[in-house]
Amino acid sequence: MTEQTALPDAPDASGAGAKPDAAVVRDALGVGVAVGLSGFAFGVTSAGSGLTLAQTCALSLLVFTGASQFALVGALAAGGNPLTAAAGAFFLGVRNAFYGLRLSQLLALPRAVRPLAAQWVIDETTAVALAQPTRRGVRIGFTVTGLTLYVLWNLTTLLGALGAEAIGDTDAWGLDAAGPAVFLALLAPMLKDTTERTVAALAVLLGLGLLPVLPPGVPVLVAALAAPLVLWASGRRAGGAGDGAGRGTAEREGE
Amino acid sequence: MSVWIAIGVTAVGCYAVKLLGLLVPAGALERPLVRRLAALLPVALLAALTAQQTFADGQALVLDARTAGVAAAAVALLLRAPFLLVVAAAVVVTAGVRAMGG
Repeated sequence: MTEQTALPDAPDASGAGAKPDAAVVRDALGVGVAVGLSGFAFGVTSAGSGLTLAQTCALSLLVFTGASQFALVGALAAGGNPLTAAAGAFFLGVRNAFYGLRLSQLLALPRAVRPLAAQWVIDETTAVALAQPTRRGVRIGFTVTGLTLYVLWNLTTLLGALGAEAIGDTDAWGLDAAGPAVFLALLAPMLKDTTERTVAALAVLLGLGLLPVLPPGVPVLVAALAAPLVLWASGRRAGGAGDGAGRGTAEREGE
Repeated sequence: MSVWIAIGVTAVGCYAVKLLGLLVPAGALERPLVRRLAALLPVALLAALTAQQTFADGQALVLDARTAGVAAAAVALLLRAPFLLVVAAAVVVTAGVRAMGG
């Protein structure tokens, strides 16, 4: 399987691949530290949502994928059924499987190590690892980002939860706005083209429109259907339009 | 107790999908439609969650201090502010509006 990858194993000859280990470590630490610190926002939000210190820390230790964690505590705070809340968090985590696919080829890990590495397969480690030109760089980037982020995210979760318990009414401090701001910050870079924006707009409409009529947690799951719906619609349009546009161009050229 | 059930299910589910990606043979999930759907699913979920946590009060929709806070976060994002600053902008503006009685 490893032979299929285009990545050179050795610090390579093509010139562009000559990135010193120290530079990879620096990149990895930058991302790991910046994002690791935002565990503080999670700790505060989770404790403010009514979860205990142990529950908050268990989420960061065991789930360790930020968007899912925020989604779960948000859904529980809104009075959602535990399984509905977990379903929303789970669907948000599904993207990590696709990161794993890419990383698996690039890291070429022995099978025994994969269950250990799996917990670190998230947005940030993938972003840093994929940016490295050599397998050695990919491995260093993945490990340093993963380790820094895991340690810091859990430490700051603990501190945030302790802090929230100490200040009591987190809403008075505006901390209930941290959750939606985190989601917005995660969402913004994904809104690259029309399809993404259409999906987002439809999901907002479904999520807000169904909120008063469906049980807590369920509207978000229904809103997830915006993804296949828009994909299906744009597939149909692309199929039809591709045909029409092709013919249109040919006709114009013929004139 | 039900919170622990939710945590347990989420932890097992999220770990399972991470491991799945590392274990399945390359190519098994590489169909373009599947990849596209996997990329769009978080967009839909994050958009719905952002909207709900900004405007929902229980099952009612309201405009309150949070709206101003999240708007501030949006401005910070447009100005390409770093992640923590975006979150801080939302928190500070929300607290400020609330302090002024909003």
